[in-house]
Amino acid sequence: MTSLLALSPLILVCATAIVVMLTIAWRRHHDLTATLTVVGLNLALAAQLLAWWQAPLDVTPLITVDGLSIFGGVLILIATLACATLGHAYLEGARGPREEYYLLLLCAAAGGIALVSSRHLASLFFSLELLSMPLYGMLAYTYRERGALEAGVKYMVLSAAASAFLLFGMALLYARTGHLDFAGLGGALASAGGDGWLLAGMGMMLIGLGFKLSIVPFHLWTPDVYEGSPAPAATFLASASKVAVLVVLLRLLQSAPAIQDAWFHSLLAVLAFVTMLTGNLLALMQQDLKRLLGYSSIAHFGYLLVALVINEGMAVETASIYLVTYVLTTLGAFGVVTLLSSPYGGADASRLHHYRGLFWRRPYLTAVLTVMMLSLAGIPLTAGFIGKFYIVAVGVEASRWWLVGAVVAGSAIGLYYYLRVMVTLFLPEPGMQRRDATTDWAQRAGGVVVLALAALVVLLGVYPAPMIDWVRLMAAT
Amino acid sequence: MILVCLILIPFIGGLLCWQAERFGEQPPRWIALGTMLLELALVLGVWWHGDYGLNAAQGAADWALEWRAAWIPRFGIEVHLALDGLSLIMIALTGLLGVLAVVCSWHEISRRIGFFHLNLLWILGGVVGVFLAIDLFLFFFFWEMMLVPMYFLIALWGHSGSTGNTRIQAATKFFIYTQASGLLMLVAILGLVFAHYAATGEYSFSYEALRHTAQNELSPQMAWWLMLGFFIAFAVKMPVVPLHGWLPDAHAQAPTAGSVDLAGILLKTAAYGMLRFALPLFPEASQAFAPVAMGLGILGIFYGAILACGQHDLKRLVAYSSISHMGFVLIGIYSGTELALQGVVVLMVAHAFSASGLFIISGQLYERLHTRDMRLMGGLWGRIKGLPGIALCFVAASMGIPGTANFVGEFLVLFGTFGTWPWVVVVASSGFVLAAIYSLFIMQRVYFGPAKEDTPLGGLDGREIVMMLGLLVLVLWVGLYPGPLLDTSEAAMQNVERIMTLEETPAMPEETP
Repeated sequence: MTSLLALSPLILVCATAIVVMLTIAWRRHHDLTATLTVVGLNLALAAQLLAWWQAPLDVTPLITVDGLSIFGGVLILIATLACATLGHAYLEGARGPREEYYLLLLCAAAGGIALVSSRHLASLFFSLELLSMPLYGMLAYTYRERGALEAGVKYMVLSAAASAFLLFGMALLYARTGHLDFAGLGGALASAGGDGWLLAGMGMMLIGLGFKLSIVPFHLWTPDVYEGSPAPAATFLASASKVAVLVVLLRLLQSAPAIQDAWFHSLLAVLAFVTMLTGNLLALMQQDLKRLLGYSSIAHFGYLLVALVINEGMAVETASIYLVTYVLTTLGAFGVVTLLSSPYGGADASRLHHYRGLFWRRPYLTAVLTVMMLSLAGIPLTAGFIGKFYIVAVGVEASRWWLVGAVVAGSAIGLYYYLRVMVTLFLPEPGMQRRDATTDWAQRAGGVVVLALAALVVLLGVYPAPMIDWVRLMAAT
Repeated sequence: MILVCLILIPFIGGLLCWQAERFGEQPPRWIALGTMLLELALVLGVWWHGDYGLNAAQGAADWALEWRAAWIPRFGIEVHLALDGLSLIMIALTGLLGVLAVVCSWHEISRRIGFFHLNLLWILGGVVGVFLAIDLFLFFFFWEMMLVPMYFLIALWGHSGSTGNTRIQAATKFFIYTQASGLLMLVAILGLVFAHYAATGEYSFSYEALRHTAQNELSPQMAWWLMLGFFIAFAVKMPVVPLHGWLPDAHAQAPTAGSVDLAGILLKTAAYGMLRFALPLFPEASQAFAPVAMGLGILGIFYGAILACGQHDLKRLVAYSSISHMGFVLIGIYSGTELALQGVVVLMVAHAFSASGLFIISGQLYERLHTRDMRLMGGLWGRIKGLPGIALCFVAASMGIPGTANFVGEFLVLFGTFGTWPWVVVVASSGFVLAAIYSLFIMQRVYFGPAKEDTPLGGLDGREIVMMLGLLVLVLWVGLYPGPLLDTSEAAMQNVERIMTLEETPAMPEETP
């Protein structure tokens, strides 16, 4: 019974997926499907509280429920809720079938929740695929658009290659140690020392996971996929999917500290360094907001890697705080793009010139996007500043001056393109492009979501104590 | 509680201005003016009622007013505000220049008035926060926060330069320079905090605790690097010469109110930061660094003055002259004697008045001539009523003619520095010659010489006359009777001097003027 309660969020999400599937088979109705999805996700979110009362608990050899998994689960559910609401706004005027989007979304969310609870390589692989497969469909959901189809196919092919690397790595590790669970693997690695096959195995797993996180040499898909895919799907990819993979990587590094041997450690540090600088540099000249956000997310995962590299002291707390601020900010930024792209068919309104002078037509929507850009840049009064503060703090605490230097340099470069977006919003508009949100956007669910996100980002930026307390509570379990 | 009010009033006033725009053009302006007058009145009230001549016991900080509340308990971060003579003078200056900034943009800004005043007031609120914050996290918070509205002010209401988008480029340059150097300061602050954590086992960003750690627990090498982190952040904002790249562009493109705020207050936050944080936290490292700082100061004096001589754009000229004046401030700060430090305070106030005056004048010329290029001016003495005479007074002030506040400040700085750094004073003094040259260039090129046209231009209206004469009275008052100002800042400056000379007695016995 306790195990069932501990797993209740996952079970509820899966049940919702089945109910939604049956409902679609019975009757196609967009609003009904969306409502069912949102209700199910909210129930699952509430059920995290039930799971919290049982934690920490190892449910099977495959799954564990502890503070970290609940933390990840809550973030994923919040992100999924936002994606469902935004998706509703986005698909309202779309041609073709609309209801299956929610089905795919729910399946991916279930994969994400299972992934953050994994404590075994088998469940890791299984749930990672459950997370990725529906994403192929979601990314190519508006398949009449060339870009979306290309994004879906590109993500599928590269993701399959990454999965192959991941599997190969796991096989090597298993061949040398005979363990597949994280704890046993950690113990065996600690006693084995720096064996060449083990290093190769760990390197290959890092490639597989690094692909999902778009760490630098494996980032090439990110901008294309972000640009081409429909905005709500890109939102999910940028938020929930990345949170899940990062949390499982964090758990892997936590439960097998021996993975951090000198060679592997410096490899991670180099990756973090390169990722921060490359992401920011490549974002400089982008003309497409979604593409720019893609590069910026690469840079942000570079910052996050700093916390993983250090992996001591406040590292887990830092990674968690940064994830919270990153998810809220990304959801908000993509939310605005979604709302502006919503009422029209065709490609999304994501070119920068679509946003020229937005302030003079949609002041509140612009305020939301401005807050999100400031938060991504890490300016005080926004949640992003708290995240940036934590990253610098953890770097200084561990005296990793090169990484701190890269964070500072990366942030300085990053300012340039965030400011570019921001000032575009306020510029007067000669020969303006009329791509606009519907006039009643604020009353719709999607509008409420982005406004709430902006309020939350500012609130957490000014008074972050509750967020810090929550994260520390989760990390302590 | 009054300290919290001082910070919140501009922020709330800004929001009201933004929303008041829907009632028409005038309400935002009046609300902004009322807000800043209220702020100014509040500061003057505090000044009137408090006694700032007190000198506390050795090493203890003496705050006239203090307010603290927990903010982020995880890191021991507090909202800790405190006021002493130095911050009081700076806040009063902020209030005064805030009023001026609102008044001088009364006709200049005609688009998006509400949003403009929102940004203007938020800058001022952020600056007041910088002057009051004693918790280092809070200080950094306000330090970075005030950049955003300033960015918008330059980017949206600035003057476009010759090629398309320069105001946006100038604003971006300003933001990146200051933000990147600010992050270095954050790294230095955190380095200090973790040193404190290593020594005591608890996190704190409090000024007192960190000062204790910085002076007792740090290795000299570490102290040197952390001091450098603070110094670079302040040096960019000040600006000290190799890091000054943003200033001329930002000034040239900013609207008049932006220039007034930038020259009058934002540059002063840097000097304030050095006096409040960089020197007291790292006295030994700062003393070791003093020769470099003196060199940079001299470099700034000459570089700024020489480049000012070669400018055609009136605002750029004034901007470069600011760099030159800030060189004196830097020399005064690092000489570390009480006399020079008092001079720094007077010079900051004086420069705020004279530079704001000159920027407002160039704004008024721009309103009438639609150019700031001095090659297109000339012979204006007979064409504009009133303005040339006032301009002459401000140019004289900028030059440091006795009787003006600038003279008192520069004299005290040089006099106070002479005891320990005679050669620096000798070299720096010759900078006055260059100051005379560029100042006279302004008068010569703008007001004298052959007139381009004969049509008279509009004279000063009542608003402009009151604004300029008020500023002029202040310049002369501080120049002739700087007593109240010196008394107010005396205790704070004595504290800084005591910290700077803790290890060694001054080489020369102090003389008091």
